[in-house]
Amino acid sequence: MKLINKSAQALLALTSMAFTHTASAADTVKVGVLHSLSGTMAISETSLRDVLLYTFDEINAKGGVMGKKIEPVVVDGASNWPLFAEKAKQLLEKDKAAVVFGCWTSVSRKSVLPVFEKNNGLLFYPVQYEGEEESKNVFYTAEAVNQQATPAVDYMLDKKKEKYYLLGSDYVYPQTTNLVLLEYLLSKGVPIENIGGGFKKDSSGKIISAGKYTPFGHTDYQQIVAEIKQFSAGGKACVINTLNGDTNVPFFKEYAAAGLTAESCPVVSFSISEDEFRALPAKQLVGQLGCWTYFQSIKSDANKAFVSSFQKWLKETKVDGVKKEGRVTCSPMVLSYDGVYLWKAAVEKAGSFDVDKVRVALQSGLSFDGPGGKVTTQKNMHLTKNVFIGETKADGQFKILKEYKDVFGQPWLKGTFKAK
Amino acid sequence: MNTTPRRESLIAGAIALVLLVIMPSLNAWAPQDSLFYVSNFTINVWGKYLAYGILAISVDLLWGFTGLLSLGQALFFSLGGYMIGMHLMLMIGKLGQYKSDLPDFLVFLGHTYLPAFWAPFSSFLFAALMIFLLPMLLAKVFGYLAFRSRIKGVYFSILTQALTYGASLMFFRNDMLMGGNNGFTDFKFLLGNDVRSAATQRSLYIVTGIALLAVYFGCRWLTRTKFGLVQRAIRDSETRVLFSGYSAANYKLFVFVVAAGIAALGGALYVPQVGIINPSEMTPDKSLEAVVWVAVGGRGTLFGPVLGAVVINALKSWATRAIPDMWLILLGSMFLFVVLFLPEGLISIPARIRAFRDRRKKVSPATASAPVPNAPVS
Repeated sequence: MKLINKSAQALLALTSMAFTHTASAADTVKVGVLHSLSGTMAISETSLRDVLLYTFDEINAKGGVMGKKIEPVVVDGASNWPLFAEKAKQLLEKDKAAVVFGCWTSVSRKSVLPVFEKNNGLLFYPVQYEGEEESKNVFYTAEAVNQQATPAVDYMLDKKKEKYYLLGSDYVYPQTTNLVLLEYLLSKGVPIENIGGGFKKDSSGKIISAGKYTPFGHTDYQQIVAEIKQFSAGGKACVINTLNGDTNVPFFKEYAAAGLTAESCPVVSFSISEDEFRALPAKQLVGQLGCWTYFQSIKSDANKAFVSSFQKWLKETKVDGVKKEGRVTCSPMVLSYDGVYLWKAAVEKAGSFDVDKVRVALQSGLSFDGPGGKVTTQKNMHLTKNVFIGETKADGQFKILKEYKDVFGQPWLKGTFKAK
Repeated sequence: MNTTPRRESLIAGAIALVLLVIMPSLNAWAPQDSLFYVSNFTINVWGKYLAYGILAISVDLLWGFTGLLSLGQALFFSLGGYMIGMHLMLMIGKLGQYKSDLPDFLVFLGHTYLPAFWAPFSSFLFAALMIFLLPMLLAKVFGYLAFRSRIKGVYFSILTQALTYGASLMFFRNDMLMGGNNGFTDFKFLLGNDVRSAATQRSLYIVTGIALLAVYFGCRWLTRTKFGLVQRAIRDSETRVLFSGYSAANYKLFVFVVAAGIAALGGALYVPQVGIINPSEMTPDKSLEAVVWVAVGGRGTLFGPVLGAVVINALKSWATRAIPDMWLILLGSMFLFVVLFLPEGLISIPARIRAFRDRRKKVSPATASAPVPNAPVS
């Protein structure tokens, strides 16, 4: 029945599409939304689509951007990287979108980057990433490595942890983060034998990879957990976890089964936010740590207002495919939200939708008081923001343990920390 | 199909004229604001569809004509893409993020020199050679082992699927030094031309069209020779072919290797047009997608698979923008419709309409027809 309903709707959408094609008027501005609504990344990226549509509605209700209503153009990148590039081309060349909000994975961003550079478009990218990139056509509201990984290590150093085990999925973000962390730990006086997970060296003896890596979809963590258990035997050890998505489930199961706990050897994870807990068993992670630039549990009026008005929008929206129950807010969502407001502020400051003028405005240090506190744009197209360390609770929320104020986003970190 | 060879050539010629001459000319010379202007975007996505068309033919040559359902053609397609990708990566020069001679991902991983197996790819000729050599060699080794052991039917399909899955896992590893999960992207130059410029993209589109045409006529010729007869005999009854004294294994191996080369050619033309190649292109579902194009278009017809590839991908391009929440349902219902009502694929539509018309003509003047004698047993 539901399928018939859906197909009927699809047919309706099809026919209406044929007639409403020329409806775009001069009093609107087209804004692209480029996320995966199907495929493996849909579970994470659909939430960003939702929060973006919510933000556009909120802005439109207050009169839009420079008097123009935002007209969202939502496309589905379908977790398919060449399709991401095609959709980006479509948004920029065909729809002439003034700005695009989108991408989650690094590979999707790498795939669309040449398209944005060639067409001089503007992309707002909201998800923690590895840095080592600075394009004039991308504004990174995302957490740079020094806004997530190094503060987490600082926290662990404060807690008198002496041994660090590095574990991640085998792709660019964990590889880079761990290389930076290796340099950072050495610069803080942690001896190299206290850094676990193993090293790979090139023929000249230079370390080219630090930590233990498992492929996507890996399920067997028995051996690795045994290694961690041995590593942490003397106490004062912790695990820095950059495992991706659902591989966290078998890892944490095995971790608990081996008798390791948040007390004996805490795990700090960078890829598990409130939204991921919708698919992960939060109970097995109670007491483990997370580090983001926003948690839903932040007790500020701005955040309370944001959470409740987003929940209200979810209930009322007629947008197809929006899941209404059990929704939470998380860092990538808030960074998407902040991004829209920063773009609005930049357009209004520049007095134009022109990308070059908007960029100049963005680089001039605009501020916005978002749900996670004040964020400020930087010359290098990154964002100064607050960083929080939180402890997982059984309900999938975080108890905030520590806040680092106004951390400057640094994309180029490799080689900047020198050993003592 | 019932169409005469002459008529088929005529249709193919007309389509080639539109795709290869008229569309690029309108892109190059029609004014941008005129009704006839074909945008760079259109040229670019059509180049992609035509490259997929080449892949579809390779699947059809195996599945439609030889009865070998390969679920690993995306592997050969991707390998072709990776080979040209390696050349394109080396052509970036110092224009990458790190301003280094090395490809970005190698600097990223902390490498200070180019691995030995990368070095020869700075020559376009070497890369062009490897586009065919490597996939065909792999097909030869794999095919030799599979066909010698008389692996057939569903077991062959499973093995090819395992092969492509295994390869994708390998390419996902950063240790492989092939870019890992991010693969190759941010290409700048091909034979000295800016790969992203409208003129280069148009040339690539035309080259892809010509390649598709050549592959189409090449396969059409091959399947109509005596070799093609043996091919179809293997499809219909391999044991009988064996007992007639033919070495079925050798025939199958030859077709498998040729199909790998065709798929690789498609991949090599695809990559510079879409601008990225990464291991998710060789996961089994990509191969399955190609099989679906062939099934929807009409297998065993060479033309049908190309039609299927173009129609489905054009529909996908349109629907992911127009109905981003519904497009999977739309495509899914189309597949169901074709399987249920058009088992010979989209290409059988004209023949069906003709048959329908003929039937009505016959039935209306005469009285209800008696059961047809000698009706083919299905």
